[in-house]
Amino acid sequence: MARGDEAGEIETPMPETTLATAAETVTLVIDGQSVTVPKGTLLIEAARQAGIEIPSYCYYPNLSLQGACRMCLVSIAKMPKLQTACTTIVSEGMTVHTQTPEVANARKAMLEFELTNHPLDCPVCDKGGECELQDAVFRYGAAETRFMEAKLHHEEKRFSNLVYYDWPRCILCYRCIRICDEGMDVNALGIAFRGARSEIIPNREDHLECEECGMCIDICPVGALTSGTYRYKARPWELSYTGTICNHCGDGCKTTLGVRNNEIIRANNRDHSGINGEFLCVKGRFGWDFVNSRQRLTVPLVRRNGHQEQSTWQEALSLTHKTLRAIGEKYGADSIAVIGSNRTTNEENYLLQRLARTLLGTNNIDHHRTADYSSLVSALTEARATDRYATMDDLSAAASVLLIGNDPTHQHPLAAYQIRQAVRLRGARLYVVNSAEIKLAVRQASVFVKVRAGGEADLVGSLADQRPVPPGLVLNGADKLGALAERLAKESDTIIVFGDELRGAAIGDLVRWGLTLPGRPRFMALGDYANSRGAADMGLLPGTLPGYRAVADPEARARYEAVWGAPVPAGEGRHIRAILDAAQSGEIKALVVFGSNPVKTFQLPEGALSRLAFLVVSELFPTETTACADVVLPAASFAEKSGTVTNTSGQLQWMRRPARGFDVPDSALGPVPTRAEPILNTMRRTGTRSDLEILLALAREFGARWPYRSAEDVLREIIASVPGYAVALPPLLMGRAVATQAEGTPPPLERPDLVFTSRDSLFTSGTVSRFSWALNSVEESKQPHGHIF
Amino acid sequence: MGDYESYMKGSPLEVKVITKRFGLANSTSIDVYLETDGYQALAKAFEMGPAAVISEVKNSGLRGRGGAGFNTGMKWSFVPKDTSKPKYIVCNADESEPGTCKDRPLMESDPHQLIEGIIIAGFAIGARQGYIYIRGEYRYLLDILDRAIAEAYGRGYLGRNILNSGFDFELATHTGAGAYECGEETALLNSLEGLRGYPRVKPPFPAVVGLYGCPTIVNNVETLCNVPAILRMGAEAYARLGTPKNGGTRLFCLSGHIRRPGVYELPMGFNLKRMIEEVGGGVPGGKALKAVIPGGSSCPVLAASEVDVAMDFESVARIGSMLGSGGVIIMDEDTCMVKALLRIEKFYAHESCGWCIPCREGTAWLKNLLQRFHDGGGTEQDPDTALDVSFNILGKTLCPLGDAAALPGISFIQKFRHEFEEHLKLGACPFERRAVAVT
Repeated sequence: MARGDEAGEIETPMPETTLATAAETVTLVIDGQSVTVPKGTLLIEAARQAGIEIPSYCYYPNLSLQGACRMCLVSIAKMPKLQTACTTIVSEGMTVHTQTPEVANARKAMLEFELTNHPLDCPVCDKGGECELQDAVFRYGAAETRFMEAKLHHEEKRFSNLVYYDWPRCILCYRCIRICDEGMDVNALGIAFRGARSEIIPNREDHLECEECGMCIDICPVGALTSGTYRYKARPWELSYTGTICNHCGDGCKTTLGVRNNEIIRANNRDHSGINGEFLCVKGRFGWDFVNSRQRLTVPLVRRNGHQEQSTWQEALSLTHKTLRAIGEKYGADSIAVIGSNRTTNEENYLLQRLARTLLGTNNIDHHRTADYSSLVSALTEARATDRYATMDDLSAAASVLLIGNDPTHQHPLAAYQIRQAVRLRGARLYVVNSAEIKLAVRQASVFVKVRAGGEADLVGSLADQRPVPPGLVLNGADKLGALAERLAKESDTIIVFGDELRGAAIGDLVRWGLTLPGRPRFMALGDYANSRGAADMGLLPGTLPGYRAVADPEARARYEAVWGAPVPAGEGRHIRAILDAAQSGEIKALVVFGSNPVKTFQLPEGALSRLAFLVVSELFPTETTACADVVLPAASFAEKSGTVTNTSGQLQWMRRPARGFDVPDSALGPVPTRAEPILNTMRRTGTRSDLEILLALAREFGARWPYRSAEDVLREIIASVPGYAVALPPLLMGRAVATQAEGTPPPLERPDLVFTSRDSLFTSGTVSRFSWALNSVEESKQPHGHIF
Repeated sequence: MGDYESYMKGSPLEVKVITKRFGLANSTSIDVYLETDGYQALAKAFEMGPAAVISEVKNSGLRGRGGAGFNTGMKWSFVPKDTSKPKYIVCNADESEPGTCKDRPLMESDPHQLIEGIIIAGFAIGARQGYIYIRGEYRYLLDILDRAIAEAYGRGYLGRNILNSGFDFELATHTGAGAYECGEETALLNSLEGLRGYPRVKPPFPAVVGLYGCPTIVNNVETLCNVPAILRMGAEAYARLGTPKNGGTRLFCLSGHIRRPGVYELPMGFNLKRMIEEVGGGVPGGKALKAVIPGGSSCPVLAASEVDVAMDFESVARIGSMLGSGGVIIMDEDTCMVKALLRIEKFYAHESCGWCIPCREGTAWLKNLLQRFHDGGGTEQDPDTALDVSFNILGKTLCPLGDAAALPGISFIQKFRHEFEEHLKLGACPFERRAVAVT
């Protein structure tokens, strides 16, 4: 059923559980067991809560009800026929039997029907071993078949390079259509033909035009929808699974990497663990393939006679140390600068700034800031409201969301999903202020205020100071802002989400005004990459120590000097634009870059870094910046190391190094680099080292005795000494997201153009996405930025 | 179009209530309709008020003529009174049940009677908009209905402030695209909304959540055509035409091996045997009666020995079949019951919408099995398998289409098992061999 249009949505019956308040309860008896559940609960869920399994295919929590697969037929007292547990709402005193011979026969019959046209190609089917049909036949089905007729067959179809459809295997549960329509709001799939010949088709008839998120693949109970990158590659039980954190955008989705023979074969979140539940976007599900790229840097490079030549780790690190020390001694510590990354772990960032401040003796350290977290922290601290950070979980439970700037559908797919869930399942209201007609504004917003490009800050200023709106600011009707303010004044607990359009003083305005809204308004800043937030939190900033403590504050310096046993320079360092300017003017002689590509990001002219006496870059791939480097250090990717990252909403998560998934001996992967991390049977890219290992090795070259052997050791120090990071370690290591509570009064934003988003689309992710086959293989990646699917 | 007359010839045993204008010259025009009591019931309805109309229809014993036989007035009373949503009345003109052809002449010969019935129903439930959903294959009826609707608008029976009653009512036609499933009321509503014709999960029922999520009553053409007559005659007089729980008359469609096939309006409870012999003139060619399907292809078949039965809902149910849609299909002694069942299952396999598993896979399985069986490739297990497949469909589907496919399968195999055995023994269809032998 084409459920995309609004008329269809009105009639779509939704489980009432999502709407009912939990106050009233109903008690019923299932298989002799008394069960008490909230009023409005579906029978299938009530049974689940009692530990009684009722099989089903078409039923899927939070999607509209189908009553199509008939697997969940149960016997209810006083009902003449068997009833579907997925569409029955429990009532007081209801007596249900799920194990009678009649029910068992019905299940057996349904499975017999399912298998009539279903090929028994389980030995070569991707889903074999994790197929819900296979499992159900094993548990409830008949041992033999009575079906003697010819099976219907169609050839497999390629919907896109990432999504394939094998019609005969399809049991038509319509989960794919519903997750695409209701969950993703993309509506790319529909049904053609009818009866036993019904088939799932893209609504563009022969190809997909969608976000390519692959949700349809993972939600498919059988092997009908298969992944373009995983199909026919492995048996699911051959893979080792490790839940880690996606390294692309700043939302912090859990992605479970399936690894075999030291190679990532697939990623998904089938166990629904993590803050994202079942959700993953195209990057989280397919975009990891850069890790396997053959273009990865795997040998340290050292420039000799103008040419980068292959070298050894020992030579590269020793040369780096010697050159930096020499330049520091000759030109002073201020002639050296450090640029950090938005993707490296908190532990790596913490060590990088420690290296800069204590070993290089400079506060010339910065990174590409994609959101102004500092200003948010300082505004909330000033307002004594540091309990008002909203998390990704809060977002999906919100009653009201105000989104200012950004295009989460492209830049923050999980945030967009959480907002859509809140609107669809909980009737939340979304208010959007944006200069573009972004999809959330078009599809979900109750009020959309369209402002002129860059007008978001002016608008917030008007709201905060109750100034009249400057003429020409609001483009879609002068009364829109009034309507917005009026509606927001009636909401409670609004979550205010904003992008890089608000920075510096505008965030101060926003917090000042936002806190006057009713209830417990909360805030979330949206920044680009996996650890943008962590980079700021860990003090990759010229004026800010870890935990938003000002470098200028003697107390703060003393605090870290005590921890590190070394002096911290007092003066504020240069920010990244000043560093790059000084590099071009020759004031900066040596530049240390970790996991960043400033030449591209800041669009430096050709030869801009040629006046540097020394440039060392730690990277995964050859980039515009590594091309200028004197020393290039091949770094390990997110899938080859452990450590924590902080998502854009401040949730701290453990990025876990995946198991190797097949007993490859260490000797086959080359010499073991250091003792820094337990590497036994974990993913390793021969020749590379994690930034943590590199930093520890460099520190050793400098003669420093840092007391860390692993990321965990560094994390313990962070927990003990960085304000806002005093979290409990065990839940973190077990894979839970733990909210941090940043507070502090960092120096104000030096200049507005230090904060800007990369405006990545669903299919780009800075430098690394250039090396992803999957992200570049889909036609949709060629659409202009902001395209609405 | 010449053969239409054959079923309008009628029989002296008929009681003409809703077919009384059949055969009149220009019977579709509003003038003829007005000359023959037209739109009088509407005026009466406005005098009575909605509640009285509903109770009058309830008391008349009128039961849905689409097949399920639910009390029409009762159905109307389920529409919530205190809702702010608009309400709709939808006429189900998706007549698709094999053997059924009664709604067609009603619309073809007397469209105003239907329109009046719809307006009264709309008035009773508080709807301001009605739709006539016509099956795709009846597209030509659109002209007749649209012309009649335009006439009604012209004379003030549709539109604003009808007959100065203060009641506004709009009516429009809509065609399906040729799907049996769209005769199921919730699938019809989806189709009417422009969605695929899939049935909806019930409850909620359309009376509460129907078209565009609003309270909606879906009634069959014949059901609505009875409404003006009920108001004109009064509930009691109308009810007396039939039996105590089955008010009024009913159109029966005699088809198959019958001398005078046609659509006949007979009192509810009319004896089936008499219907075949006296109304239809018996089985032609001096052949013996073998079987009768009493209410359209989805109803369990009756053996010749069972046909001495009153044609009302309860009596037919008592002998294990259904009154259904009034499509009486008569089969003589030369009919191959395997082939007859195959034909029926071909229909259901073709028409299964594909929404739910037992119907989607089961009907295709039955069709393929019976085809193979009839072609001589049967195995000893096949009749039992087909029976079991039918039972596995029965009562387990989302909408009644599954039951419609299962019931014939069960009854044909149970009552005519010996014919299946003969096919097995011969390795071919005995009836086709016999036919060859004769020529």
